[in-house]
Amino acid sequence: MSRLSDLALGTKFALSGGREGWTRTLLTAVGVGLGVALLLATTAIPGALSKRDARDNARNDFGAGAVSVSSADPLLIGRTDTKFQGKDIRGRLLQPEGPKAPVPPGLSGIPGDREMVVSPELKSLLDSPGGALLRERLPYKVIGTIKDTGLLGPHEMAYYAGSDALAPRLTTEGDGSGVTQVTGFVDKGAQEKIDPVLALLIVIIFVVLLMPVAVFIAAAVRFGGDRRDRRLAALRLVGADRRTTRWIAAGEALAGSALGLVLGAVFFMIARQFVGDISVNGLNVFPADIDPDPLLALAVAVVVPTAAVGVTLLALRGVTIEPLGVVRNSVSRKRRVWWRVLPPLAGLALLVPMAGRGRDNGTFNQVQVVSGTVLLLIGVTALLPWLVEAVVRRLGGGGVGWQLAVRRLQLTSGTAARLVNGIAVAVAGAIALQMMFSAIEGDYVKRSGADTDRAQMSVPMGEIAPERAARQIRALKDTKGVTGTTTLGYANLGEKPKDPDHSTDMTVGGCAELREVAELPSCKDGDVFLARGGEYSGNPIPAGARLYVDPSYSDRRGVALPWTVPANAQEVQARPDPSGYRRNGLLVTPGAVRSVAKAPMRYTTYVRLDPRDRQAADRVLNTATASDPLTAAYSLNAYETSNRFAGVRKGLYIGATAVLLLIGASLLVSTLEQLRDRKKLLSALVAFGTRRTTLSWSVLWQTAVPVALGLALATGVGLALGAVLLRMVGRQIVVDWLPVGAMVGIGAGVVLLVTALSLPSLWKLMRPDGLRTE
Amino acid sequence: MSIGHTLLGLLESGPCHGYDLKRAFDEKFGHDRPLHYGQVYSTMSRLLKNGLVEVDGVEAGGGPERKRYAITAAGVTDVETWIKQPEKPEPYLQSTLYTKVVLALLTGRDAGDVVDTQRAEHLRLMRALTERKRHGDLSDQLICDHALFHLEADLRWLELTAARLDQLATEVRS
Amino acid sequence: MIPEGSLLVARDLHKAYGPTPALDGAEFSVHPGEVVAVMGPSGSGKSTLLHCLAGIVTPDSGTITYDGRELSSMPDAERSALRRTEFGFVFQFGQLVPELTCVENVALPLRLTGVKRKEAERTALHWMERLEVADLGHKRPGEVSGGQGQRVAVARSLVTSPRVVFADEPTGALDSLNGERVMQLLTEAARSTNAAVVLVTHEARVAAYSDREVVVRDGKSRDMMMEHTV
Repeated sequence: MSRLSDLALGTKFALSGGREGWTRTLLTAVGVGLGVALLLATTAIPGALSKRDARDNARNDFGAGAVSVSSADPLLIGRTDTKFQGKDIRGRLLQPEGPKAPVPPGLSGIPGDREMVVSPELKSLLDSPGGALLRERLPYKVIGTIKDTGLLGPHEMAYYAGSDALAPRLTTEGDGSGVTQVTGFVDKGAQEKIDPVLALLIVIIFVVLLMPVAVFIAAAVRFGGDRRDRRLAALRLVGADRRTTRWIAAGEALAGSALGLVLGAVFFMIARQFVGDISVNGLNVFPADIDPDPLLALAVAVVVPTAAVGVTLLALRGVTIEPLGVVRNSVSRKRRVWWRVLPPLAGLALLVPMAGRGRDNGTFNQVQVVSGTVLLLIGVTALLPWLVEAVVRRLGGGGVGWQLAVRRLQLTSGTAARLVNGIAVAVAGAIALQMMFSAIEGDYVKRSGADTDRAQMSVPMGEIAPERAARQIRALKDTKGVTGTTTLGYANLGEKPKDPDHSTDMTVGGCAELREVAELPSCKDGDVFLARGGEYSGNPIPAGARLYVDPSYSDRRGVALPWTVPANAQEVQARPDPSGYRRNGLLVTPGAVRSVAKAPMRYTTYVRLDPRDRQAADRVLNTATASDPLTAAYSLNAYETSNRFAGVRKGLYIGATAVLLLIGASLLVSTLEQLRDRKKLLSALVAFGTRRTTLSWSVLWQTAVPVALGLALATGVGLALGAVLLRMVGRQIVVDWLPVGAMVGIGAGVVLLVTALSLPSLWKLMRPDGLRTE
Repeated sequence: MSIGHTLLGLLESGPCHGYDLKRAFDEKFGHDRPLHYGQVYSTMSRLLKNGLVEVDGVEAGGGPERKRYAITAAGVTDVETWIKQPEKPEPYLQSTLYTKVVLALLTGRDAGDVVDTQRAEHLRLMRALTERKRHGDLSDQLICDHALFHLEADLRWLELTAARLDQLATEVRS
Repeated sequence: MIPEGSLLVARDLHKAYGPTPALDGAEFSVHPGEVVAVMGPSGSGKSTLLHCLAGIVTPDSGTITYDGRELSSMPDAERSALRRTEFGFVFQFGQLVPELTCVENVALPLRLTGVKRKEAERTALHWMERLEVADLGHKRPGEVSGGQGQRVAVARSLVTSPRVVFADEPTGALDSLNGERVMQLLTEAARSTNAAVVLVTHEARVAAYSDREVVVRDGKSRDMMMEHTV
């Protein structure tokens, strides 16, 4: 027979081998299918991200990036980004200055005054009862939806509203008005780089998910291998030679993996439909973006079956199939440890030098990251067989069930380790990722430094007249859910009326207000303080110095009112304001600046909210927007960032659980196979009075011991990998034991499940029927 | 082997002429050693004298006169006793044992009983031989082994024969 | 009908697997120290009789009395305990746990009754010496010959000093020499401890090691020795 016909025969066996053959083929196919789906997804990710970036570029209206197209009329844009219930909403006010004004992507025209076009997600929010508060904030008439070309992802919330107020505002307030003028939306090419930490996370996620899948594929093509070997031995008996049997086995693996390819494509198509619902740190893409690179997809279609055949032929190298049985050659050889520690060490060697390169120090070498991580995780698969063998060899003592299990593992530790490998790799990767997520989340909370006990929101009001500021503060105070406000005014001072060389800040407020920004020993109206110990060490200002409030610069005319620092100005220690900022400069009570009351001042109001009122923040936003849509109030509640990876974490748990269940299934298959093969022995054991519980325990231990070892090793490697990754992004190494516990718990659950599912079969086989040979 | 018992057993199926008896005997038991008619005649007259058979009728045909023999009640009892009595276990019993099994089946008796009884008898001797072997020297062991294997072979052949014939009888009856 | 002083007595046993009757009114009895061969053609119900007598299978009807206790009405746990402590078992093949060493296999029944590992293995080694396989202690069943393995199995059946040893075709997979040796060692060991042996076999030479034989045919039993004496 030629190789080709041997392969064909194997394929036939795989598809027509009765129930057992089918089960084997199907298990292989599902395993391979999951792997293929993930591979296809990986090949599609870069394309999806670049399509998303392209859309982001196309609608960019920021400063220097906004090009001018001379033939077009300008379009005025006011940025009104806001948040609703903690979720970001991209908002723009538009006013065309002529019929040829550019139209933002995704829109068919520019909405008229007090009309708006919204994204589908925002539209459904506005239409829902939960969107009532938001409807107050966006009192525009919805006249259409933004098309996909104007959105980053299906769940982005965005709106474009028409306004007549932008042009007058630009005229009166100039650059300080917050209104931008563009003449075109053209691809500017100035790509915003994706956050390197986020990129690292994405890379690691894929490596961590793909590795166990690769391990699983390798294990999957060996499902039911013992039985197959015996079948092949029978073929040898009727005259097939050694080479033929190998190629028949390869044919079976080929059939399984080919079926797996088809399943993989199906899984991928199904998963793609749900991709729009997945958000990674706000990153969300359209299903249509997920389009595998045809060349890479072709490579997957070729590599996976080839690898399946390769793994099978490789595995059979250690096995001699003789006509009268199967001889395993590699059993007696003791496993050596030295070469098994090389991959993890090499992995560490690759990763450690990248430590400290975080967000601020440029990107990571992706090849280096991927190879380092892969090598570390491969280390798990290389070390585990050795570990299982070494530990199991030393195990002893315990009851009969334990003894039976341990002895069995001593004989066949390789099989056990191979099956557990997938679990170990998945858990190691998941632990490392969870560690990273926790650390990065903690990072965001820490960095804001806001004291949310003192105020929960900050409302910057820009340069406005004092009367208008008072009106706005009153409106804020009257907003339901607001329990108090603190308002500070700011002005800029220079040592010359025009183009000063040095400048300093002046913070104006009552004694109570100033105590929010510095430690005041005593205070009465008319006092002036000099704050020290702030974040920016401005120029020390001597008492008695003559300064000019709001000096003029070459491109901005100021009032430049002269003001003298009183000789009795006290030096005081700065303290963080409610937003976490420590300021230097002059701290002035209103009584000391009456002479310069006409100078323009910027105001910021800190708002305290009733913690029980969950809608208070949105009402404050409504109030602030109503006063001025272009000035955004924002929450000081830094904790909301700690939820930014919740979706990924959940996904990771689901993925890890799925992988563990998959491997649990293969453990179950091998346990059931083993039990069936020992029908006679089990009956004999029952005859001389072995209890069911004794044998049940032995089944449990037999699964639990290798899984426990795998989990222990995985925890170690996972923590090491997590620590290295954290060092790489320059974060403190903090072990988050919750995910470690969760992973170990899931592993234990899988062991129990496998045992529970094999018990009915065990008990059935323990009936005395097995003794009947007649 | 007892020709008298065999002929009696054959008669149990129904009355028969002397010549037909010889033919039946030859067919069933005497493949290589056919019976002389004189042997039949002398045996029948002995059985007649002992009251185990009687003359059922005489036919005057073309040739010499022919007597038809029938078994008496005493004859049936005699056959019964003979069949049930195990043979002294010794090698080369097959013709007698075979005859007994066949006759048992022919006369509607349980051939299995014949085998069981004979096995018990064989085992009695085999136990003695085994015991002797246990305490004897090597030559004793070898001699006993020889006897044991032969006895076992006879038993196995007998069991097989009984099973085969039983199967045949079942097929014939059904 | 039942002789005085019997250890294990079965009366009028009926057992059917599906529509096929395996036992149809079988009787049995054995004295302490007695070796009884159960003979009969294949499928006659020999093994079923043995399984019923040993309490592995409960008969559909009939009584089995062991040492004054009614076996067929005992709950499963009690019968299992009885099998662990009072009975020993030897089968034709496939009864040794392939992962355990020979001495661990022999010690297994003791361990099941809660004896500590060291002590169990000491006792096991003693029995392996009697069965002339002490030197195989640390080999696995896969590494010893059929005859040696069967002797290990016999040692295991005797390790708890059982009062009844059930042997189902113990020499079925052995050549004559090994078969004879196994039978000799088994019966000698059993007699020395006054254990009863129920020996299922279809070989006369093996049955010749018994004191008496019971023939099972079509689910019915015949005690040849008793018929003879009667």
